[in-house]
Amino acid sequence: MMAKIKKIDANILRLIMILIVFLIIACVTQPTNFMKADNFRSMAKQMTEYGLMALGVGVCMISGGIDLSCVYIANLSGITAGLMMQSMSTTSSGSGYILLSVLVAILVGAACGIFNGFLISYLRIPAMLATLGSYQLFMGISIVISNGSTVSGIPEGYTMWGTTLLAGIPFAFVVFLICIILLSLIMSKTRFGQKVYLVGTNAKAAKFAGIKNNSVLIRSYMISGILSAIAGLLSLARINSAKADFGSSYTMQTILIVVLGGVNPDGGFGSIPGIAIAVVILQLLSSYLNMFPNISNYYRDLIWGVALIAVLILNFVTNKRKQARLAKAS
Amino acid sequence: MGNILAVKGIKKSFGGVHALKGVDLTIKEGETHCLAGENGCGKSTIIKVISGFYQPDEGTIEINEKGYPVMTPSEAINAGVQVIYQDFSIFPNLTVIENLAFNQILANKKKLVNKKEFRRIAEEAVKKINFDVDLDALVETLPVADKQLIAISRALLDNAKLIIMDEPTTALTKKEVKRLFEIITDLKKNGVTILFVSHKLDEVFEISDSITILRNGENVITCPTSEMTEEKFTYYMTGRHFDTNQNKADMEKNIGETIMSVKGLSAPGFENVNFELHKGEILGVTGQLGSGRTELSLALFGLLKPTAGTITMEGKEVKIPNVSAAEKLGIALVPEDRLTEGLFLPQSIIKNITVSKMDELTSKAGILSNKKVVEESAKWVKDIGVATKNHEFPVQTLSGGNQQKVVLGRWLATNPKVLILNGPTVGVDIGAKYDIHSLLRKLASEGMAIIIVSDDIAEVIATCDRAIVMQGGRVTGQLDGSELSNDSLTSATN
Repeated sequence: MMAKIKKIDANILRLIMILIVFLIIACVTQPTNFMKADNFRSMAKQMTEYGLMALGVGVCMISGGIDLSCVYIANLSGITAGLMMQSMSTTSSGSGYILLSVLVAILVGAACGIFNGFLISYLRIPAMLATLGSYQLFMGISIVISNGSTVSGIPEGYTMWGTTLLAGIPFAFVVFLICIILLSLIMSKTRFGQKVYLVGTNAKAAKFAGIKNNSVLIRSYMISGILSAIAGLLSLARINSAKADFGSSYTMQTILIVVLGGVNPDGGFGSIPGIAIAVVILQLLSSYLNMFPNISNYYRDLIWGVALIAVLILNFVTNKRKQARLAKAS
Repeated sequence: MGNILAVKGIKKSFGGVHALKGVDLTIKEGETHCLAGENGCGKSTIIKVISGFYQPDEGTIEINEKGYPVMTPSEAINAGVQVIYQDFSIFPNLTVIENLAFNQILANKKKLVNKKEFRRIAEEAVKKINFDVDLDALVETLPVADKQLIAISRALLDNAKLIIMDEPTTALTKKEVKRLFEIITDLKKNGVTILFVSHKLDEVFEISDSITILRNGENVITCPTSEMTEEKFTYYMTGRHFDTNQNKADMEKNIGETIMSVKGLSAPGFENVNFELHKGEILGVTGQLGSGRTELSLALFGLLKPTAGTITMEGKEVKIPNVSAAEKLGIALVPEDRLTEGLFLPQSIIKNITVSKMDELTSKAGILSNKKVVEESAKWVKDIGVATKNHEFPVQTLSGGNQQKVVLGRWLATNPKVLILNGPTVGVDIGAKYDIHSLLRKLASEGMAIIIVSDDIAEVIATCDRAIVMQGGRVTGQLDGSELSNDSLTSATN
């Protein structure tokens, strides 16, 4: 038991240390702008959306694949909910129709995920290509149903959730925390979670061990779809609107987070808490960079690109060391 | 004649593992020298040192009495050293011609490709060993034995003086081994020296002039084959004495009622297979590679869909559409290739053992009990004697024999009624092989029905009560206990 706790800690400890070092740097260099409750509140809201998607991408990557379509699942779900609310707000009263729209949006997300999972498991299309294709498809559907324009006119009964604070914490962030805890439990404590890790390690051996790979994969992508739908709904509340191509830069960011969080891009290894801490690190970095007016937005892509490759190299080196240690120990 | 190869005091460590602790190896020109030892004794490492793949930490290498302070792969090839690796290092998606001619074209630094030139080189190569093969065939479509001969022909093209063969017979049938040995004898006549790496007793005695045995990265003995006996050989390799004549009759035999019966079963790869399996019985299924033996095991485990015939378990006709259905019926399969089919190599021993029993270790709410998982795994590690310091270690840190025990433990944990093992001791050292065979006999005496699918005739004789022989997808023979012998099986499979 002790050994297990220690093992999980190694990766998370490293991430927490990065986090602390970064906070100290931020405190020293930007004490007035950065260390403000308001700043933290706005960061908490922003990180929620791509954070949820990163959790989904993480599950897919642990299962040996990837989900590139989550941003567009989020947009499709947001647009679906937005359009439903728009059309029903004139005829219905109360909040029942809002709840209905939310449920339908989540179902749409789940269906998109199941579709991805179907392509990847039954049709054996490589995950990268399957979700690249479905990304275009989901965006296309979004454009068609929204006539290519921004869906707005969202009733206040819904948008108020974008500003609600629970004990000083933004509502969206509370949702994010609940998702992190639930997903951590699913991945570490349930039979399904263990199967995701094993299928991601060696799909053939999983089949020989009696695991139904197709069902495990479909459920993994469904989880990613549902998390993306929740992200889309939260974004709909925050910015009072939804658009087919909103947040397209998030795709890259989610992958960066997942890899930074210690998920093995080949599948089989990684933890949800690790991803969650990586979300926080990335948001801090992003907000911190915003405080320097002379670092133009043009540099963003460059910085994320360098960060992703640096993390991949770092992981390669630490993995190699770990292998050497194991060889020594056995 | 002089020594073609003399390596002295070779040491090599990986991280903290001392793979070689000062190994000497001297090979006379023109002889066939055997390098033997259990898995993990350093055989592969010393080969890679000789071929320039690894740099030794200490020690000297001389080829034809010329010293090589730093050996590189290209120097080794220029000096006439060629290695035929287990995977043959060939390109499966290219034709025989291309595979044969590539090295020469590269070595001559030619930039353009000339098809006629390719064919000429290839023809010259296969002629050297009288190897009859379709030169235009894609290599991946050829049987394993032919791939090996392609690798040998290619080595000869590069003017090999010393050919090192790393476990060349593992994937070959008896007949193919015979052909390989004829080629080795021919090569020897032409002055080529062979270093034959193997742990298979009978082959070593048949083919080699002298023997070097390694254990734990150290020399144990080097002597002419004529001075070696089988008993000594096993002892030197393992450092243990085995009762090799352990008699099956010593074990209490308790063959009970029929548990599984197969009638007219056909599937892609085999047809019309019939047999009955009883409680407490060990049934052998033997035959060459491609005889349908593997396909039969897959069909019984729900991984290959039968096209005709019936499978009956405990008197009830059953359908086995997938592995979990097989599991529910109490059928378990230890697959042929434990590295790709059997194990989750980078995952812990615990996860590897408990994967097929997860359902039982999960509460009604779907929560997996970590405590139960660890206990279950610890129980099996202890019961079947997996040698490890820490159950959290990835299973890839174990030796072949211990890895096989992990796969076996996983399926024994599900308490199967019928246990099918495909090649249960392939790539497993003698000690672990002995352990596994005793375990199987013990399980049978406790009432488990076991099917051993194997092309290792000695294994079938040592463990099975009855054997069926397959050839080209059909059952061609049935041998009962007393008829099981080396001769009867060899003649039936060839």
